[in-house]
Amino acid sequence: MEMKGITKRFGSVIANNQIHFELRKGEVHALLGENGAGKTTLMRILYGLYHADEGQVWVDGRPVQIHSPRDAIQAGIGMVTQHFSVVPTLTVAENLALGREGSPVYQPAALENQVAQLSRHYGIPVQPGALVRHLSVGEQQRVEILKALSRDARVLILDEPTAVLVPQEVEVLFEALERLCQAGLSVVFISHKLHEVMAVCDRITVLRDGKVVGSVEKAVTTPTGLARMMVGRENFGVTRQGERAASQAVLQVERLSARNRKGLEALHEVTLEVQAGEILGIAGVSGNGQTELSQVLNGMLKPTGGRVLVGGKNVTGLPPAQLSAAGVGRIPEDRSSGVVAELTVAENLVLDQLDVFVSGGRLDRKRINANAQTLIREYQIKAAPEDRTRTLSGGNMQKVILARNLSRNPQVVIAAQPTRGLDVGATDYVRSKLLEQRARGSAVLLISEDLDEIMALADRIGVIYEGRLMGILPGKEATVENLGLMMSGHPLDQIASEREA
Amino acid sequence: MLNLKIERQPAPVWLRTLIPVAAALATFVLTSVLLVLARADPLQAYYHFLISPLSSQVSALEVLVKSTPLMLTGAAAAFAFSTGYYNIGGEGQLYAGAVAGAWLGIVLKGVSPAIGIPLMILGGFIAGMLWALLPALLKVRLNVDEVVTTLLLNSVILFIVSFLLNGVWRDPVSQWPQSPEITMGTVFFKLVPRSRLHLGFIIALMVLAVMWFILNHSALGLRMRAVGQGKEAARFAGIDVNRTTLIAALVSGGIAGLAGVGEVAGIHFHLIDSISDGLGYSGVIVATLGGLNPVGVGLSALFIGLIQTGAQSVSRAMNVPVYLGQIVQATLLLVTLALLFLQNYRVSRRR
Repeated sequence: MEMKGITKRFGSVIANNQIHFELRKGEVHALLGENGAGKTTLMRILYGLYHADEGQVWVDGRPVQIHSPRDAIQAGIGMVTQHFSVVPTLTVAENLALGREGSPVYQPAALENQVAQLSRHYGIPVQPGALVRHLSVGEQQRVEILKALSRDARVLILDEPTAVLVPQEVEVLFEALERLCQAGLSVVFISHKLHEVMAVCDRITVLRDGKVVGSVEKAVTTPTGLARMMVGRENFGVTRQGERAASQAVLQVERLSARNRKGLEALHEVTLEVQAGEILGIAGVSGNGQTELSQVLNGMLKPTGGRVLVGGKNVTGLPPAQLSAAGVGRIPEDRSSGVVAELTVAENLVLDQLDVFVSGGRLDRKRINANAQTLIREYQIKAAPEDRTRTLSGGNMQKVILARNLSRNPQVVIAAQPTRGLDVGATDYVRSKLLEQRARGSAVLLISEDLDEIMALADRIGVIYEGRLMGILPGKEATVENLGLMMSGHPLDQIASEREA
Repeated sequence: MLNLKIERQPAPVWLRTLIPVAAALATFVLTSVLLVLARADPLQAYYHFLISPLSSQVSALEVLVKSTPLMLTGAAAAFAFSTGYYNIGGEGQLYAGAVAGAWLGIVLKGVSPAIGIPLMILGGFIAGMLWALLPALLKVRLNVDEVVTTLLLNSVILFIVSFLLNGVWRDPVSQWPQSPEITMGTVFFKLVPRSRLHLGFIIALMVLAVMWFILNHSALGLRMRAVGQGKEAARFAGIDVNRTTLIAALVSGGIAGLAGVGEVAGIHFHLIDSISDGLGYSGVIVATLGGLNPVGVGLSALFIGLIQTGAQSVSRAMNVPVYLGQIVQATLLLVTLALLFLQNYRVSRRR
C-alpha cells in the first residue's frame, strides 16, 4: 500500500502537505508525531473519512479511489479509531455479524462458532458470547480489530490504540499485533509515545506540521533520535537575552499529583519553583502529564495531592476566578476553551473581570469597548471589538487570551502550548510577549512540546515523562541529546552519573 | 450516484433571517395535506387561521389573551436555554404558580387589590422557582440531565393538582373538580372592558423587557450567554458556572410560575386540572421559534396565539377538528428545528 503526494487543507491550514507513505506486507509501521502533526488526518484519508485535495492511494500497485469507509474496506483497509463503534448491548459475535448478516435466520451458536474460529486463527482472544458492555476497554478494542479482520482487511490502521489501555492490556495488544504480522497483515500504528513505537514497530515515519520529517528502520534509530525528529520547529529568532541573577521564588509547586479524566494517575509528585523574572520551560513528548499540569495550575482540575503557592500564599485547588485574583495569568492549552467563540472580542476581553465593567447595575458597554480598543491596538489583534470571536484566526484568538491575562500584570504566567498550531508571525509575537513578562519580573511557566521553543526561551528547563519530572537543568547546559534522553524516560541524575562512569 | 457533497458551512445572514418565514410557508404546505384529507379547502382554511382572528376587535383581543401565557412560558424557556439549561419543566412550574395563586386566592379573603395582586405575582414566581429548584440542584450538584428531571416533574405536579382538586380544595358548590373561586382582591383587573385581556399581558411584556435588559445589558446576562455558548471557556474565565446555571434555572421556573398565576387570576378565577393544557410545552416552541431572544419570543408568542385562536375559528367555520391548531404548531416546531439544523450545511456539486 502506498500513499503518494497527499495534501489536505482545512481552510487555510495545511494538515497534510505532499505526504508520501508506504506500507510493506507484514510490517508494523508507526506514524509518529505530535498532536496536530497530521497523523490522524492522513489515516482518515486512507480510510475514506476525509478526501484528499491532492494525491493518490495505491494498493498492490494499482491506484484506487477511496470515497468512503465502504470503499476502504473493499480495498482491504480496516481502521480502529479511538472511539469504538461497537454496540454495547449486543454480544461480541453479534457485533461482528452486524451489517453482514448472512442468513435471515438468527443463529447465535453458529455466529459464536465463527467468531471463536476467527479469534483462534489470528490469536486474538475474545469471548464470542459476552455482551460488549461487560468487556474492558482492551477487550472492546480487540473486538474492533477482529471486526476489521472479519471483513478481510489486509491493512489495519490503529489510531492511538494504547491511549485508552492499562499497561497489561497494552501487552496483550502488542502480542496480537505480532501474530497478525506473521499472518501477513500490515499495521499502521499511530502514536506519539516513543517507547511503544520502539517496542512494536518495524519502521517509523515521523510527521511534523503536516510534512514527513523522515522514515527510519527501527534497527537504526533510538528513542532520543525520534524525539528529536518529532519536536521542534524552525526557530524564528525570538530568544531570551542575557542571564539573570537568582531571585525569589514566586510560583512554588510541591509534590503535586493529579489524575486524568479516565481516573488514571497523570501527575506524580511534581515539585518545581519559578522565580521572578524567569521562564521555566517544561518539555516532554505530548501526553506525559503536561495537560494535567496546566489544568491544575489553571484551576480547571483539582489535584489529588501536593500544594501550589503563589507569592507564598497557598492557592491549591482554588477555582479559576480566585487564581486570577491571586495574580496568575492563565493561557490554556486549548485555545478554543479559553474564549467563548460565540461572544464578541470585546466581551471575551472582559469575561474574567465583569464586575469591574458594571456601573449602576448594567454593563458599561462604552468602557468595555474602550478597553477592547486599547487591547486590540496594544496586542495587534486583527479584529474589531464587536466581531464574534469564532471568526478570528488561531493567532488572533491567542492574542485575545494573552491580552486578557497579561494586561493585568500577573505575578505568575502559566502558558501551556502557547504557540501550538500558530503561524510564524503569531508564534514570534507570542514568544516575544512571554519574554516581555520575564523582563517585567513575572514568573513564567512555559509548558511546550516544542523543544526549540523551550530552548530559545527558558532560563531553566524541566522535562516531564509519564507524569514525573525527570529533572531540571539550566538552559545553557541543555542539549538536544540530554533533553532527548530525559524525554524518553531517563532521569537527569542517572544521565549525569552515567556520564561520570 | 448523485454527485453531491455536503459541507459544514453556515448560511449567510440574509438567509438566516428568512428562516421563520420559510418555516411558516413549509408548515402550511405540509399541513394542507391534512386539510385536503379533511375535505376542506386549504386556502380558505388558512384565511380563517390567520386573517379572520384579526378581522374583529373581539377576536384580535383574544389573540392577545392566548399569547399572554405563551409569552411567559416562552420567556421562561428562552431564559434557561440561553444558559444551556434545557428546562422542559415550564408546564409543571406553571402549575406550581397556579396552585400558589389558587391558594392565595383562598387565604387572602377580603384583601384589597393593592396588596392582593402583588402578593399573587410574588407567590406565583416563588412557587415556580421552588418547583424548578430540585432539578436545578440535581444538575449542578450531580450533573443529572435536567431534560429528564424537569420533564418528569411535570406529571408529578399534575397528580398533586388532581389530589388537591378532588380533596381539600374541592369546591362544594360545583360538580366539577375545581378549587373555590379566588377572592376579589386577588383577581387581575381587565385591560379592556368586556374582554378577557387582563393584567397578565402587561406582566408578560414587562418580563420580556426585563429579560431583554438582563441578557443584553447586565453582567449576569453576559455570564449566562458565556455559560450557554461555551461552558468550559466560561469556567476558564473564572465564571461560576454552577451559580449562573442555578440562577437561570430558578428565574426560568419563576417566570413560568407567573404564567400559572395569570391563568388563575385573569382567566379562570379558580384552579382546574386542565388549566394549562400544554402551555409549558408550547413555551419551548415559542422560545425556539423566537431564537431565544426576547423580541423574537414576543413575536412568536403572538403568532402561536394567532394560530390557536385561528384553530377555533377554522373549526367553527369549516367543521375541521380544533386539534388542527396543535398539529400546525407541532409541524411548525419540527420544520423550524430542521431549518435551524440545515442552515449550518451547504450542499454542492462534487468537482
